[in-house]
Amino acid sequence: MSPEPYPVVEKPFGKALAVLGERFPELVVVDADLVRATDTAEFRSRFPSRHWNVGVAEANMVGIATGLALSGKTAFCGTFACFASQRVCDQAVLAAYCHAPVVICGVEPALTSGSNGATHQGMLDLAIMRAIPNMRVFEAADATETSSMVEYTLLHPGTTYMRVPRAKAPVILDPDTYRFEAGRAVRLRDGADVTIIASGIMLARALQAAQALAAEGVGARVVNMSSLKPIDEAEILSAAQETGCLVTAENHNLIGGLGSAVAEVLASRARVPLVRVGVQDVFGEVGPIDWLADKFGISSAHIARAAREAISLKANKGRPVQA
Amino acid sequence: MGETPAIAELKAMCADIRRDIVRMIHAGGSGHPGGSLSVVEILTALYFRVMRIDPHNPTWDGRDRLILSKGHASSALYAVLARRGFFPVENLRTFNAPGTTLQKHIDMHRVPGVEVSSGSLGQGLSVGVGMALADRLDLRDRRVFVVLSDGECQAGQTWEAAMAAAHYGLGKLMALVDHNRLQTDGTIAEIMGISPLEDKWRAFGWGVRRIDGHDLEQILDVVREAEAEPAKPQVIIAVTVKGKGISYMENSVPWHSHPIDDEQLRLALQELDEAAKEMVAP
Repeated sequence: MSPEPYPVVEKPFGKALAVLGERFPELVVVDADLVRATDTAEFRSRFPSRHWNVGVAEANMVGIATGLALSGKTAFCGTFACFASQRVCDQAVLAAYCHAPVVICGVEPALTSGSNGATHQGMLDLAIMRAIPNMRVFEAADATETSSMVEYTLLHPGTTYMRVPRAKAPVILDPDTYRFEAGRAVRLRDGADVTIIASGIMLARALQAAQALAAEGVGARVVNMSSLKPIDEAEILSAAQETGCLVTAENHNLIGGLGSAVAEVLASRARVPLVRVGVQDVFGEVGPIDWLADKFGISSAHIARAAREAISLKANKGRPVQA
Repeated sequence: MGETPAIAELKAMCADIRRDIVRMIHAGGSGHPGGSLSVVEILTALYFRVMRIDPHNPTWDGRDRLILSKGHASSALYAVLARRGFFPVENLRTFNAPGTTLQKHIDMHRVPGVEVSSGSLGQGLSVGVGMALADRLDLRDRRVFVVLSDGECQAGQTWEAAMAAAHYGLGKLMALVDHNRLQTDGTIAEIMGISPLEDKWRAFGWGVRRIDGHDLEQILDVVREAEAEPAKPQVIIAVTVKGKGISYMENSVPWHSHPIDDEQLRLALQELDEAAKEMVAP
């Protein structure tokens, strides 16, 4: 089942850069031979002197962005999420250590890079980036949030890693009212039995799962946790208190991403069951996203199943149910 | 010291800086004497004669900028910055002590005059490229100097950056390679040879010059000469002696990273004093 009840916007990330480039002259962009994936061609044609393509040299891309950022610029640089993290970890550390306003953008994260297969499916980018001090880590859920996030990093400069969609993205959040803010989660649906915390493409799936659960008489709260770091601890703790169990849903390896981040908050603050939906520490393969989501356990059906499991764990006071 | 100190004054300054370096590493309990002593003349010439800077206003917008990509030579940079007036020379005593601003590898936010944190090798030239691009975009007439170790010429990112600098024609970017020919595990030649170094840089599209990196006049001349060629980035291969000035450290691999004990300090200062006396004598 594919979550497609939403209108679609073309290239929200590239559009945001091109539009905001006018208002923020300090905005510059560095690419590494993937303008076609980062959707920066429009920015490049509007602001040719503020765009550089350094070729297949991701480390150099982040290093150059750091130099630009230490000269008064907010320097966006991007490539596929796998390369924007794995290939540039130490360069990202230097940018963060220097407090340089470098915004590293990982496009087509994890299984959304479906047709490219395992080498191109960045499933550990959030784990890598979350572990870097002074690094903010965001993941946009839709077109609205993508442009709002870009604007936020310009209004509040700082070293940032953000996951952004390539090409098309759905519109889930209201572009007239929604404003992204670091450290603030947003509740999209309320329910008393379980809370599903999702980020990125998993938000649409979480909403779909909540709908399916509602048909069974289960009330699921859905929270968009687009700021993984800083994370909205209050929202996690109130969900734990008010719904008694949690599910996390992420398009990422289960080690180090959203589920881990939520578990870190719960570990010392609340004793409630948490069931994490994500990729089970395996490499991906080629395939359309919905097929991959089914195969690798991150479909809306998997979220709904996890929600039922979390609720039964709650009923059993955290002890696993005997099969 | 005036705005344009004479060579004799610069030589005396280098001697002071070498004393600072060995005292700092002795006091700090560890450090990198070899590569700090080899880069003294390069940094002294740049900070005291070449660069447009204002020690009282370290973030002045019109300043030239220097990146010490070989961040383990921090003791040399700290001594030069202190002697140039960026912060009190007394602070040097805190090198590498708990709570110090003078970390063994450099934190730009703790030390006035430092442009970029460094310590993880091979990254400085990329940052320099970014700075030079920003200056060009903003029509700022200022220069970027990047001081590299020869060991960093083994790192892939250095060459990614070299390629980019030439591609963008960054004439305001100058790299200086402290070519002391040794690295942590042995000689460059035996660990991973980089020669012919000049040919490599030339092939990457840079203007290349080779000098004696301890000859202040040569350094000043060659910088001037290189700046007269603004169409492409310029690199100066400064051939140096690792551990320069302290006989038992010179050309010695273990002194790349090594503490200095009381007796070693006494001998080092004695040698530096004797050399200084010879310098003054006709």
